[in-house]
Amino acid sequence: MSEILTQMAASLASGETKVIDLTHTLDPDFPVIILPPEFGQCARFRMEEVSAYDHRGPAWKWHNLTLNEHTGTHFDAPIHWISGRDVPNGAVDEIDVKNFIGPVVVIDCSEGSAKDPDFVLTAEIILEWEKEHGPVPADSWVLMRTDWSKRKGIDYLNMAEDGPHSPGPMPDAIELLLERGIRGFGTETVGTDAGQGTHFSPPYPAHFLLHGAGKFGLQCLCNLDLLPPTGAILLATPLKIKGGTGSPLRVLALIPGEGA
Amino acid sequence: MSIPLTPPPKKDPQKRTRVPTLPPAMRSRAATGISAAAAEGRFALQHCEECGTVQYPPRDACCKCLSVDLTYKDTETGAEVLAETRIHASPDPFFRERLPWRQGSVKLDAGPVAVVHLHGDVGRGDRVRMAMKLDKAGQGVLIALPIERTEAMEDDPTLRGLTAHPKHRRILITDGRNPVAVPLAKALLKAGASTVFVGEAEAWRRWPGRAALEAIEGVEIMDLDVSDMRSVTELAGEIGGKTDILINTARFVRPGGVTMQDTVFAREELDVNVLGVMRLAQAFGPGMAGRVQDGTNNAVAFVNVLSSYALVPDPAYGAFSASQAAARSVCQTLRGEYRPQGLRVMTVYTGPTDDEWHQPLPPPKVAPSALARDIVNGLIEGLEDVYSGDVAKDMFERWQRDAKVLEREMTTGGGI
Repeated sequence: MSEILTQMAASLASGETKVIDLTHTLDPDFPVIILPPEFGQCARFRMEEVSAYDHRGPAWKWHNLTLNEHTGTHFDAPIHWISGRDVPNGAVDEIDVKNFIGPVVVIDCSEGSAKDPDFVLTAEIILEWEKEHGPVPADSWVLMRTDWSKRKGIDYLNMAEDGPHSPGPMPDAIELLLERGIRGFGTETVGTDAGQGTHFSPPYPAHFLLHGAGKFGLQCLCNLDLLPPTGAILLATPLKIKGGTGSPLRVLALIPGEGA
Repeated sequence: MSIPLTPPPKKDPQKRTRVPTLPPAMRSRAATGISAAAAEGRFALQHCEECGTVQYPPRDACCKCLSVDLTYKDTETGAEVLAETRIHASPDPFFRERLPWRQGSVKLDAGPVAVVHLHGDVGRGDRVRMAMKLDKAGQGVLIALPIERTEAMEDDPTLRGLTAHPKHRRILITDGRNPVAVPLAKALLKAGASTVFVGEAEAWRRWPGRAALEAIEGVEIMDLDVSDMRSVTELAGEIGGKTDILINTARFVRPGGVTMQDTVFAREELDVNVLGVMRLAQAFGPGMAGRVQDGTNNAVAFVNVLSSYALVPDPAYGAFSASQAAARSVCQTLRGEYRPQGLRVMTVYTGPTDDEWHQPLPPPKVAPSALARDIVNGLIEGLEDVYSGDVAKDMFERWQRDAKVLEREMTTGGGI
């Protein structure tokens, strides 16, 4: 074992490096994105008991699962969006696995999001953040912390008659992050875009611009308030689904722990 | 007048729930026509096509001319009670528990004399209105009813045992988002239901009708998603022991035929409309079937609201129609499964409903309030099959006359 991996193993064992779970439980009651009803809809998470130590299988219990690639905490691959449909290796099974582990920075938008559900992350906010923490590193994940994951039930999608109201990035913010050469962008809301993102130009700028540039998305994250602004490592490994446009996944972060 | 039912007291937890017993269920094939008529709320007797004799009880040949060309036809319901008797002893477990039992002979205006059950408000010499009703064994029986409505007549124990009247019963409507939910809850409460539980799927998603439902006194909104066994099981664990009538209003409908329809929508239609019925039956059925004789507020009916496209598809709703045909089949199996326990399975067939998914269709369409009225009426009458709205009634009639002709008519003018 190389020295660095030995050190890492020791650091994980001692608690010097802490593992944080950024994943919501896959639960039938967890909201999924809602589209106009004439469009196809995202499947809700369902578990169907195949056997439970009974006549259907005396010594074992197991379930069939039903879900969409974009149900629960999930990863968006470039081919998820029309702008990324021709990106080489743009499906989850084709993405180089080295992309699934890497540095992560967190931009704290929780204060603004608490005041305004339509709070938007702008290029200006990112530039301000960089003044304090340095430039957003190339090939890093950028997560937008809003504490939205603490909302429950009806307040999570926050749907009104004019659509959902939840925070997200403006096009100029995504353009700036692409200039920095990021790996991907993640949020605590049901999508990487703001609830009202359909009215931005281009519509759904995070999806449109990120995936067009071959970048990845993460959404329905939680526990972002436990992450430092910089210096953490993100593990986000989608299932190897042939031609998959995304995948539910367990997202973990490694952060400096006690005594680090 | 009948003695009005009083709200039942709370159940004594030390008493064993009475095990359902059934009246004799054996019938000849000829007599099964009575059950079929009773299931639809008709009064039909065998008419001889040769000599025109109307006969009762049903036989394989005409009692007058021996012709076997006998047809069940709707028959006039007038009759006069010739004699009445009160039975005080019976070896039959069902009747033993209900003694004394009144029966009488009536002279039907159509000709025959029949031995029938008597409503408490009729007696010897009375002019009566005859009805065919399904008894606890699911078989058609004849009952003589007062011509004019009498006070609290639905509370007569013989009649109540033949119907699924909502009075004093606790009723679950499975999907509050269905436009029928509000008028149905109101109609059930007006008919005397003690509580109406209304299922709400995906409480994390706002919906406009919720406030109206919440505002109705006697309505309790409960988490229920028929597409999720866990959700159905959880609610059954909560209220399964006191659900006397279950009305499944959950349905998923999208326009579209088969060639151009999306299998994702079709799968959802099958999941909600067919497997949803199975999940409800698995979670609520055994508990309800075990409470068929549980006092005044016993379990009486498992109701499903289906489309008349269950009989013959409308190609414009091809995948949805397939789900309805499958759901109809599931309901028929449930009848077979619950009949030995005496739990009624009622299916309500409706034509196109006046909602967003049938918006471009021309009238006639079934308004939610009309559908609600027909469902409640079906319970009060104790029916198995209810056809709500002109389209459903017309489709059923044409389907009975010639299913193939109806298929041709329904599938003409399609094309993708």
